[in-house]
Amino acid sequence: MAELSVDLVSRDRKVWSGAATQVSAPSADGQIGILANHTPLLAVLRPGVIKVDTASGPAVEAQVTGGFVSVDNNLVTLVVDEISLV
Amino acid sequence: MAGGAQRIYKARIKSTQSLKKIFRARELIAASRIGKARAAAAAAAPYAQAITRAVSAVASHTDIDHPLTQEEGGNRAAVLVVSSDAGMAGSYPMAIVREAEKLVGQLTAEGKEVVLYVAGRRAVAYYTFRGREIAKSWSYGSEKPTPEAAQDIAETLLEVFLAEESDGGVSEMHVVSTLFVNMVTQRARVVRMLPLEVVEGVSEADEHEALPLYDFEPSPEAVLDELLPRYVQQRIYAMLLDAAASELAARQRAMHTATENAEDLIRTYTRLANQARQADITQEISEIVSGADALAS
Repeated sequence: MAELSVDLVSRDRKVWSGAATQVSAPSADGQIGILANHTPLLAVLRPGVIKVDTASGPAVEAQVTGGFVSVDNNLVTLVVDEISLV
Repeated sequence: MAGGAQRIYKARIKSTQSLKKIFRARELIAASRIGKARAAAAAAAPYAQAITRAVSAVASHTDIDHPLTQEEGGNRAAVLVVSSDAGMAGSYPMAIVREAEKLVGQLTAEGKEVVLYVAGRRAVAYYTFRGREIAKSWSYGSEKPTPEAAQDIAETLLEVFLAEESDGGVSEMHVVSTLFVNMVTQRARVVRMLPLEVVEGVSEADEHEALPLYDFEPSPEAVLDELLPRYVQQRIYAMLLDAAASELAARQRAMHTATENAEDLIRTYTRLANQARQADITQEISEIVSGADALAS
């Protein structure tokens, strides 16, 4: 199965980057799950929890205050304002 | 009076030496902080890339028609001057102010009313001393700007830009800041920030590759509403980081020159002190000799 390549960036640094099987993010309309081969998407995030199920190793979870997520060709970019890893 | 000139020179050497120590220390501090400032700029690059890519993605799908991109053609213009908090950076603060004054003159000549926003204590001091009105000023620790400082500045400016002119709003916004070219070249420059022209890094659509059809959530307009203020904020943050690196480079250079000048002064004063001492000795000897001569004859 294809994997997602995820970049998690905040205003002043790149927080996390790597391969993942699933990404869950709090979009404006509700929590969305992103799997491989997701249709291109640009969504606004509201405050909530981001969860990245990494391909290897433990899941990355983080509390964010807002931002947006873009999905394009299995490349997921999570752009967040403020972030604190859980 | 024997010894008078010597004492003065000794005192001058001593004070110049302590100045030299200060200059040297500031030079070293600046040098060590430049690396950090440039690393911070590099660390912020992924965010900048992501946000620019997202903006161009939206731009390629919808006609960007947003309050932040519309030319209003009004008569009020905001100017943000990004300067330093501390001095001892040679011509750095003045170069900024000079560029800002040029811009203000230009805008005034076009019949526009200029509203000043100033970041950095040096520029604030310049304008308040001249009795110029400053709409808002920040002293944000110009050597180490934080995203929060950029957010504060961006929010203030966006609010003013979006307000109606009758409520004290403006129809355009310019930023005067310093571009870090390399360690020896930093250039003061003017950027028109608002209304936005989405150009920086917007990739040309590749003809062979069909552009992905994005889903926007909740809607393209809402996404744009979120994106553009962040875009502005990110650009201001990038400018603050660039200005910080420039300030430190300017300071390092200025302090290096100052240290060398202090060394020159110390050398000159040492020579003069030696001369004065020799003159004193010569005088004393001739006094003794002539005294002895007078007694012998």
